[in-house]
Amino acid sequence: MTENNEKTALILLGCPQVPVQTSMALYLVHGLKEQGIRPVIAGTQAARKLMEVADPDWHYVSEMTDLDAAIDEITGKQRDFDLCFVFIHNDSGIAYAGTMAYISKARVYALLFGEHARDLAGEIEFPCEVVAAKAVHNPMPLKRKLDEVMQWAVSKR
Amino acid sequence: MGCLEALKPEVILSQTTFKEAREYIRKNVREYHEVEPGYRIFDVHIIGVPPLYVGVEGEHLIFPYTKPCHGTFVVKVAGGEEIARLRARRK
Repeated sequence: MTENNEKTALILLGCPQVPVQTSMALYLVHGLKEQGIRPVIAGTQAARKLMEVADPDWHYVSEMTDLDAAIDEITGKQRDFDLCFVFIHNDSGIAYAGTMAYISKARVYALLFGEHARDLAGEIEFPCEVVAAKAVHNPMPLKRKLDEVMQWAVSKR
Repeated sequence: MGCLEALKPEVILSQTTFKEAREYIRKNVREYHEVEPGYRIFDVHIIGVPPLYVGVEGEHLIFPYTKPCHGTFVVKVAGGEEIARLRARRK
């Protein structure tokens, strides 16, 4: 949450090797902004560059930061978020989501995609909302699941 | 490995899972300490789901290091004053 009580959401991007991630992240930040929630994107340099190139005027993107910097700010109690969406398609994604569930007061949403989305979902043993769809190139299965959660997230504001 | 490279790590396990990294440290390092997710060693955060362990072997630290694209590594670095800070957490 910001000083003026604006709701904020951290969007934590994973390795950008699965095509749907960038598209879904842009769709998510669009949806959050529509609801008056300020999105902050954290990711690797490559993941952030993909966002920058896809949104050159920063029409959807408001703020981007490095993964370690985001974790540093949260563990240092300098900043926290109301919502946290973690994109997951591998074991590292689970590790990052578990870390966020521990260090942040945000409501955590684990967005699982890729070939092994459902298997990975079974690995989650920490409190969060799981959104899983086998989506690699076509984002629609994950979009449909995310739309359900977005409505839910807004109603909980 | 970003900031970790400056520590000149010895890579013990590469591209594994955070659970396998946890088990390796628990089974192979005599002295290990549980830390919370996000615990910082030098400029590196420990990432994963509890329990997470950091081992001490002589003057070195052994800990899991997670990269978004390449999984978790178990690395060994010179511990310096981080060893004393880690041990001081013991109750």
